[in-house]
Amino acid sequence: MRQLFSFTGGVKPASHKIESNRGVVIVAPLPNVLVVPLRQNAGLPSRPLVQAGDKVLKGQTIAGPGGSISVAIHAPTSGTVRGIETHAIPHPSGLLAPCVVIEADGEDRWIDRKPIDPYALPADELRARLRDAGVVGLGGAAFPSFVKTQHGPTQRIDTLIVNGAECEPFITCDDLLMRTQAGQILEGAAVLAHIAGAQRVVVGIEDNKPEAVAAMTAAAGKRSGLPVEVIAVPTRYPAGGEKQLIRVLTGIEVPFGKLPPDYGVQCFNVATAYATARALLHGEPMISRLVTVTGNVERPGNFEVRIGMPIADLVALAGPKADTDRNLMGGPMMGFALPTLDAPVVKATNCILAASKALFPPPGPEMPCIRCGACARACPMDLQPFEMYWFSRAKILGKAQEYHLFDCIECGCCAYVCPSRIPLVDYYRFAKSEIRAREKEKDAADVARLRYEFRLEREERDKQEKAAKLAAKAAETKARLAEAGDADDKKAMIAAAVARTQEQKAEENPSAE
Amino acid sequence: MLEALLVMALGSVILGGALGYASVKFRVEGDPLVEKIDAILPQTQCGQCGFPGCKPYAEAIARGEADINCCPPGGEDGIHKLADLLGREFKPLSGEHGIEKPKSIAVIDEQTCIGCTLCIQACPVDAIVGAAKQMHTVIASQCTGCELCLAPCPVNCIAMVPIPETIDNWKWKYPVFDVRKAA
Repeated sequence: MRQLFSFTGGVKPASHKIESNRGVVIVAPLPNVLVVPLRQNAGLPSRPLVQAGDKVLKGQTIAGPGGSISVAIHAPTSGTVRGIETHAIPHPSGLLAPCVVIEADGEDRWIDRKPIDPYALPADELRARLRDAGVVGLGGAAFPSFVKTQHGPTQRIDTLIVNGAECEPFITCDDLLMRTQAGQILEGAAVLAHIAGAQRVVVGIEDNKPEAVAAMTAAAGKRSGLPVEVIAVPTRYPAGGEKQLIRVLTGIEVPFGKLPPDYGVQCFNVATAYATARALLHGEPMISRLVTVTGNVERPGNFEVRIGMPIADLVALAGPKADTDRNLMGGPMMGFALPTLDAPVVKATNCILAASKALFPPPGPEMPCIRCGACARACPMDLQPFEMYWFSRAKILGKAQEYHLFDCIECGCCAYVCPSRIPLVDYYRFAKSEIRAREKEKDAADVARLRYEFRLEREERDKQEKAAKLAAKAAETKARLAEAGDADDKKAMIAAAVARTQEQKAEENPSAE
Repeated sequence: MLEALLVMALGSVILGGALGYASVKFRVEGDPLVEKIDAILPQTQCGQCGFPGCKPYAEAIARGEADINCCPPGGEDGIHKLADLLGREFKPLSGEHGIEKPKSIAVIDEQTCIGCTLCIQACPVDAIVGAAKQMHTVIASQCTGCELCLAPCPVNCIAMVPIPETIDNWKWKYPVFDVRKAA
């Protein structure tokens, strides 16, 4: 039995998992129109490869990677591309962004799928395939997975952690996936371990999911070769945070500015491992995922949903109740309110949580901070939330950064325990995005300064070159004059120059003659 | 008495020598204050302050010849930073140098452009490409929004367009709550 460690802080909110984790995965019907955003992963958006009128097959690449940290995007079903339109996407701003809109033909015809034997191919080839299959981290950040399997010269990956903790209340999609697809998850994890060069796989699951632990343990028992351990970790939010789970399972504390591969570990979500297995062992790119629909709905549950399905259609399947006042994407701790249900399901959509006044009573008014320190005790990153709050609120951003604002994982534990009901995370998000915007502005100003200085330098150089040229010519004439010596030659040269000038004038202005 | 004078004289000679050596050895080229001021200025090179570029304005501030509230693109934020750096009192932006506007970039109407190259010569950061009698265009990512290209254009085909809010430049807003409701 592995010795488990503990992270500081954390909270134990009511889990609300029971509503949605009974029953089976329901396959959502195919919508008529699918809206596939070009920006679905952390990093750069994808580059579209189709245009209006193109016929596409299910699984066909419709957008290629738009940079080194970007992945491909695929048609979720067969049909016709209506165009690349600006459309609402699930984002807290409610702004529109370019999406590929596909009208489904209802046939749902697959492109030719090519399963491969990953153990016969070099790691670089497998990474390229992961990228081209559009596999991103499905735990929420949607970071391209192929990037995470790489490691620098001073790094190594010997333990691959599979994150099945799913600590956020209400969400059960990873739970259901582990119960129904345990074998495939471990196949995918083994492939990821092979790509990353890891020697063993450790699966961490919160102990409030006994069925998932049992299914994964049974599946691990059937495997041979790579050692796989399935560990139940104590239920405490946010045990599913990457750094927290690594700490609990290995005792390693990954400090600021370092990455898990610096300490020999790397962490993938269970759904990412499953998507890897589908992509490489079955040749099926990332076109669907499990989404929990829960909260204020008649029939909460888990749905297998195609990327691009309108969220409104998905919520309709669960029977929304009339008093729903907003819908969150993600859970109650880290999710954000969707400005519109027009937005489609994307790769990062793990849960749609319908909220009502009865389910989430509106918080009382915000009161002044009394410096009780409850937030500091709850912070799983060992930060000083109240200090960061003071400085973010006063817009003294440099000081907030000194208190390690960018270490904050925005888990919401501090706001959860705050007796003054201060929306602390809102202040941190504000401060973080303000700092990022200022850094961008500063970079732009530095570029402008360089370009301006270069221009001044160039103008100065041009001036000097011109002066040098004129001086050289004058010197040349002077030398010729000196050489000519007697007065007759000089006169002849002057006469020749006058004739040249007249000739030029005549050419320019023939009518004057 | 004499001893004391000699000791003091010797001391001043040694310390003077050390200071003289240090002033040669650790000499700072240029004025570091100018660099610090220049780092705060927005580098639009627009000349609205009355100086030909951000660096000359920074030099004038360092010499004490210019006020800190003459830079409209830097805005109130910039004035606050300059006030902090120089230990001066904050002043609101002086109206005679212009007003703070939303960040914009120049866009050339390519149908109207006659290819005169005047705007290319005016652009302080070489952000306009084109050649004589060829259509010109602005490199959006390099444009500082200084507006110096507007005046020279003989056909008025350049317009300043505010940068729209997109997913890329969207920022989380400052949390607001109603104080009166709380009371």
